[in-house]
Amino acid sequence: MLAGAIVWILVVRRLTARSWESGSETGDVGAIRAAPARLGLWVFLAIVTSLFGLFLSAYSMRSHHGDWSHVTLPDVLWVNTALLVLGSISMQLARHAVGRGLPQRLKLGLGAGGLFTIAFLAGQLVAWGQLRDSGHFIQGDPATAFFYLLTAVHGMHLLGGLWVWGRTMARLLRGTELVDLRLSVELCTVYWHYLLLVWIVLFGALTYL
Amino acid sequence: MAYVAIADRDAPIHDPHTFFLKYIWSQDHKVIAIQYAVVAIFVGLVALVLSGLMRLQLGFPDTFHFIDPNHYYQFITMHGMIMVIYLLTALFLGGFGNYLIPLMCGARDMVFPYMNMLSFWVYLLAVLVLLSSFFVPGGPTGAGWTLYPPQAVLPGTPGQGLGIILMLVSLAMFIVAFTMGGLNYVTTTLQARCRGMTLMRMPLSVWGIFMATILGLLAFPALLVSAVMMTLDGTLGTSFFMPAVMSMGEQLDHQGGSPLLFQHLFWFFGHPEVYIVALPAFGIVSDLLSTHARKNIFGYRMMVWAILAIGALSFVVWAHHMYVSGMNPYFGFFFATTTLIIAVPTAIKVYNWVLTLWKGDIHLTVPMLFAIGFIFTFIHGGLTGLFLGNVTVDLPLSDTYFVVGHFHMVMGVSPILVVFGAIYHWYPKITGRMWNLKLGKLHFWLTFLGTYAIYLPMHYLGILGVPRRYYALGDTAFIPDSVHSINAAITIAALMVAAAQVVFLYNMIVSLRKGEKAPPNPWGATTLEWQTPDTPPKHGNWGPKLPVVHRWAYDYSVPGAKQDFIPQNEPVDPHMTTGRDHGVHR
Repeated sequence: MLAGAIVWILVVRRLTARSWESGSETGDVGAIRAAPARLGLWVFLAIVTSLFGLFLSAYSMRSHHGDWSHVTLPDVLWVNTALLVLGSISMQLARHAVGRGLPQRLKLGLGAGGLFTIAFLAGQLVAWGQLRDSGHFIQGDPATAFFYLLTAVHGMHLLGGLWVWGRTMARLLRGTELVDLRLSVELCTVYWHYLLLVWIVLFGALTYL
Repeated sequence: MAYVAIADRDAPIHDPHTFFLKYIWSQDHKVIAIQYAVVAIFVGLVALVLSGLMRLQLGFPDTFHFIDPNHYYQFITMHGMIMVIYLLTALFLGGFGNYLIPLMCGARDMVFPYMNMLSFWVYLLAVLVLLSSFFVPGGPTGAGWTLYPPQAVLPGTPGQGLGIILMLVSLAMFIVAFTMGGLNYVTTTLQARCRGMTLMRMPLSVWGIFMATILGLLAFPALLVSAVMMTLDGTLGTSFFMPAVMSMGEQLDHQGGSPLLFQHLFWFFGHPEVYIVALPAFGIVSDLLSTHARKNIFGYRMMVWAILAIGALSFVVWAHHMYVSGMNPYFGFFFATTTLIIAVPTAIKVYNWVLTLWKGDIHLTVPMLFAIGFIFTFIHGGLTGLFLGNVTVDLPLSDTYFVVGHFHMVMGVSPILVVFGAIYHWYPKITGRMWNLKLGKLHFWLTFLGTYAIYLPMHYLGILGVPRRYYALGDTAFIPDSVHSINAAITIAALMVAAAQVVFLYNMIVSLRKGEKAPPNPWGATTLEWQTPDTPPKHGNWGPKLPVVHRWAYDYSVPGAKQDFIPQNEPVDPHMTTGRDHGVHR
């Protein structure tokens, strides 16, 4: 809310400029001063938020119909959640390490972050298998179909993240200067935290809605 | 500061030498823009031919035996989808957005050129997948451009097997392409503007394209969600949208899906889509009117705010496309209210366009003719929108030709007129050549009057109750004979308008070689793209030094100035009062 208000005030200040009066204040470009990739990532996160928001509103609209039946989610999802939290923490450590210029710690953090995430994805596959063995598959009730769909979309976003992670990792192992890796590690971390948040919201919605 | 790092470095961003890297696998925003535009116009011509075939059937039923009902529905579907998404969205954002944003903002290129290039190639792939559906067994889908389930995936609808799947896959690809492009347009507008180019000094074209891109980035996911879920329904047998249903006398395996859910998702995308097409048109037409009337745009700040307001409101009006779905009356009341509210900022824009012309030094150039034509068609299309925005009026009119007339006027003809105006306006900068003036005027009058001859009678047909979506009217009691004559007349007008586009294509292609050499700034425009050192602009746009902006984009006919326009990058003369102050004292 507060952030929204600040953005709003900034926007209004910029948009009430009397542009027809040609002033001399050419020093101010008015551009947001951040690396383009960082702004690009935030715009991308807004799009992904819209995507998941729409999936979730579809889910919630459907779940309010009278014939909705819940699926009992496999318990392994709790383990998976813990794995993803660990992944996020590792990425945060990596970010910390790259800021302070500690290559060993960076390798450890970044490596662990990726491995925990791969473990999370494997765990999701286990959950899919368990659910199918218990007789629920996508052709059955809509609740199960939604579970497969939402976890699949979330997993695909993680795979995309892992691709960037892999490239960053390769650059790190090839001995790229830490300064040049800083932005990549930082953006990966933001993306990982974001996808953890998405997973927690999805998990909550699938459990309680 | 950031702009120095990304824009004003000495070496060019990349320097391609081979023909292939320069013109095909290119990362230059101008080349990508032209690639986008050429593909969009090509696929638009396909859709134009499809509409001609539909009109032949409607105007002269029982004459053209190769058009059977299945083909007719396939033509409708492909015509609608291609025109709205693959032509208008791609041309305005991928074409004009790519060309104009870096040039008007004073940047060397988009901030992510490689992604920009990928955006075009994925778009091309989406178009090819879409067109390939003409050649698969069963043909393209005939579900209507809204693709409503359950009929879209049920037997009986043409293209039920591969056709619909290819359509959904193609849409998903288009959305990926658009997202890659859109990230560029937003980030470039926010970050790569040259020194002095504040947000409130940006030309309205950039504002329109920028806001439309934001709408697209937030709304296209809704289409993606519905496309993914419907693909799963059609291939893996899930039941997101498919209720328990009997088809061809058989109970299908689907159960428990909600077709209404699809409608909500589709129109949550579908209505912002109208403004994704309209906002760039609004922005571009503002610049055309101001430039060719030699007068500053009236109410610049209000124009920007109206663009923002329309953008925000466009997300809360979607259900006015669904009044006939049997919704709760309070729900309908809410959406009728928001729909009428959105008319307020839209009307502000129309007033401001007209007031820009007031006492202007109007030059009736070809781009100006198209811009003024747009004001006419947009007012007409907008006024019929007020009828349809009300639930009680919409219900009887919803399934008639009134709706066809309305939306073709407001989001078919109007944006297309702006597209033509914009092409005529920027062609000298893009190609370095002028086009043939007489042919341009001929093209305008044939198109402008022709479209009225097509769409005005449709409103009348709609009020008579002639239903849309019908392959043939047959001998229906309440439909008088005059309807058949009108239909024949509409068809003749439509074929003439289609033929007029040959004049346009001929003019554009022949002028590439035979046109006069264009001066760098033939219209005397203020915006940065006309101040480039080379025409057409070279790679990197600005030569060794980036421009610096000292004023807004609309300093036309400033009293006391040497010429009747002052380019944005011209420094402020301390001895001259600004135009506004001077105007007050007069």
